[in-house]
This record gives sequence, C-alpha cells and structure tokens, in this order.
Amino acid sequence: MIAIIKYNAGNIRSVQNALTRLGYESIITDDKDEILNASKVIFPGVGEASSAMKYLKDKGLDQVILSIKNPMLGICLGLQLMCNHSEEGDTKCLGIFNAEVKKFPPKEKVPHMGWNSFSDLKGELFKDIKADNDMYYVHSYYAETNEQTVATCNYILPFSSAMQNNNFYATQFHPEKSADVGTQLLKNFLEL
Amino acid sequence: MLKKRIIPCLDIRDGRTVKGINFVDITDAGDPIELAKRYVEQGADELVFLDITATVEKRKTLVELVTHISEEINIPFTVGGGINTIEDVSAVIKAGADKVSVNSAAVKNPDLITQIANEFGSQCCVVAIDTNYENGDWMVYVHGGRTPTPIKTMDWIKQIEELGAGEILLTSMNNDGTKSGFALELTEEVSKSVNIPVIASGGAGRKDHFKTLFETTHASAGLAASIFHYGEIPIPELKRYLLKENIAIRWT
Repeated sequence: MIAIIKYNAGNIRSVQNALTRLGYESIITDDKDEILNASKVIFPGVGEASSAMKYLKDKGLDQVILSIKNPMLGICLGLQLMCNHSEEGDTKCLGIFNAEVKKFPPKEKVPHMGWNSFSDLKGELFKDIKADNDMYYVHSYYAETNEQTVATCNYILPFSSAMQNNNFYATQFHPEKSADVGTQLLKNFLEL
Repeated sequence: MLKKRIIPCLDIRDGRTVKGINFVDITDAGDPIELAKRYVEQGADELVFLDITATVEKRKTLVELVTHISEEINIPFTVGGGINTIEDVSAVIKAGADKVSVNSAAVKNPDLITQIANEFGSQCCVVAIDTNYENGDWMVYVHGGRTPTPIKTMDWIKQIEELGAGEILLTSMNNDGTKSGFALELTEEVSKSVNIPVIASGGAGRKDHFKTLFETTHASAGLAASIFHYGEIPIPELKRYLLKENIAIRWT
C-alpha cells in the first residue's frame, strides 16, 4: 500500500489519480501507523510553507515523517518542507535536506511556471529519463543546490530540481502533472 | 530553459465542448474528456476548461466533469466560468483542478483573488480578462464579454497582481474569432507591466501567429480553441514549426 500524506495542501487527488493510472492502490491518510507501515510514502504539496508546517506539527506528522524508513517522495512544497528552513513565512522546516529555501529574485516572471528541462541527473529516480525531458514546475521559492541535489534546474539561477537523502527523495516539479516523463519518474520511485 | 506553452481552451456547455466565434454563434465540437485526452497525446502543455453555462444548478455537473478530467489526464489544467465564491474554488480544486480562472467575480469582488491566493496559493489563481480597445484605451469587459466596465485594463492588471493573482489570461475581444493574429502590443504592454506570467488569447489563426507572439512579446503561453478543435492546425504540426523557428517548445 502507498500512503499519501494528508494535510492542508491543495491538489492531492492528482497524485492519487496518477498512482491509480499506474495500477497502484493508495490511501490519503494522516494516521501514523498507516504512514509508517506503507511500502512507499508520498508527501505532496501545494500551498504556503508556514501554515503547512504548523499543520504538520499540530498533527504530530513532522515526527512521523522523520521516522519513515521506507522510500518517501516529497513533491513541490513537499521538497521545500524537507529542507532546513524556508524564507516563506520564515519557517523552520523538517531538516532532511541541508538546504535553505529562498524566494526567486524578480529578474524573470515569478512564479516559475511551466515546463523546464534539467541537468546532472543522478540515481534510480531518473532511469529512462533524459536531461532534455521537460517537467512541469510551479513555484515561487526554490531550494539551493547542495551535495544532496540529484537534478538541477536553471531558472533565474540554478536550484535543486530533485534531492535525495537516503530513503528520502523529493522533486520540485510535479511528476503527476508532467505527462509521460513524469509518470516514468513516479514509476521509478514506486519500483525502488 | 523554460518553454513557451501551447494551451488549447475547451469551452464547455452542459458537459459538451463548444467554441464561440466572437462570443456568439456557438457550435458543438465534442466530448470534453475525449478531446482533452487527444490534446494531451498531441503534446498540449496545459488545458483550460471554460464552463460557459455555469449556472448554479449546473455546478455539480462541472465538479463531476473536473473529477473525470483529473482521473484521465496527466498535465495541468485550469477551470473557469462562473466561479464566484471561495466555496466554488474549493470544490473545483478538491475535484482535481490545478488552477481556477476568475473573471467577472474578481471584478465585482477583487478580494476573491486574495482569498484564493491565501487559501490555495497564488499559483492556482488565474485572473482572466476580456478586454476591448475603444477610444484609445483597453477596457475590461465582464459576463463573457457582454458587459463593459469603466475599468482600464492597464490599471486592473496591476491591481490583480498586488491582490495575489498568479497568472493572467488575457483575451483581446477585438482579435478573438478573427484568426488575424494575437493582440501583440497589448500583450507586450501587459507582460512588461506585471511580473506574473501572461497567457495571450484571441486571434490565433496561423502557425506564424504563435511565432510572432513569442518573438515579439514576453507572453509565457498562447491559448487558442477553434484552430485546434477543428484540426485546422494540429498541435504537433504547430510545435514542430515553432521548434524549427527556434522557439523554446516542449517536444514529446
């Protein structure tokens, strides 16, 4: 069973629909045991960092996430909440990735919205995916690159398109909205 | 590199796809889900569904349709038409839409933009503007282009950006349905005046209209309906042409 962490973030149903299309059963849950017993966990997210972190803490989900042993995939705001700290609402985050989340300087249109390619793809998440494949992004804040960065995207500046720390994976883009290439990435994650 | 987006718009009435020519003379053009899936296969970068019935009793139909669309397609989509309250927004987003587009309701109650941004994030708040050029100014129209307002488009775009809009869907009523090209000067003026993405709409009739749009303005996307529906310009043919012309396009 795949667990999708339920919290006050927007469009969670899209993630579940993507899993269903791939033939995987999933539950949307905030129950500790269901999350910890799941073979894979997805931590989705569209929304604002400080209110999302507050919600996670109020429900005790921050500690649950940190004790997950099976592979977890954070998506979009999920990736940002897995970093140390976000400028959005000056929010202390989960600290899984040793990176700071910052707001894009307004040198181009913000949010970074649409399809973009990436570079320096590392690891099994990117099996059968090429750097010139485009993924769908929509975000105004970005995670800096560091040694945990496993794919780099460039918009205004280079930022972490995907990150990994042991069993914790995350993408800034939305694989569930990135057509067949995104579906391939989800498939790669589910087959880890 | 961030790609320029090609967005087919599907006008929906009573669960079916239609396209207005200059906002009147509506003809039937198919089943929205089948059409949406075909566009995704063809390489559309995003879809917009505009519910032009949008009466209260039809709301449930729209939410059901959004649920089905979300089950079937794997690219982002926006839903608009008759979204008046934060409850309407919530129903559509929870059914699986990525963004909502508000038009008349935002003009009547600009706070709705801020409410959407606060509750669901700016990224899901598209403000659609129907604008008509008259007496030297671009003016905002509401109710599907039927009702004029005293609001100047250049003032309105700055206001909606401040209120928290994440994107502007800009339709030139003078160009819509003419197939004579996008309103380039207007699009560029709007794109330069705000820092949020602008989708240009109205007037696409030939492939080179998209090339000119992306070469001469800072529009992030081009939207069209009839040329895609009736197969006048298949999306793969349009994208192949734009790639050859060195426009940054997603190729699948």
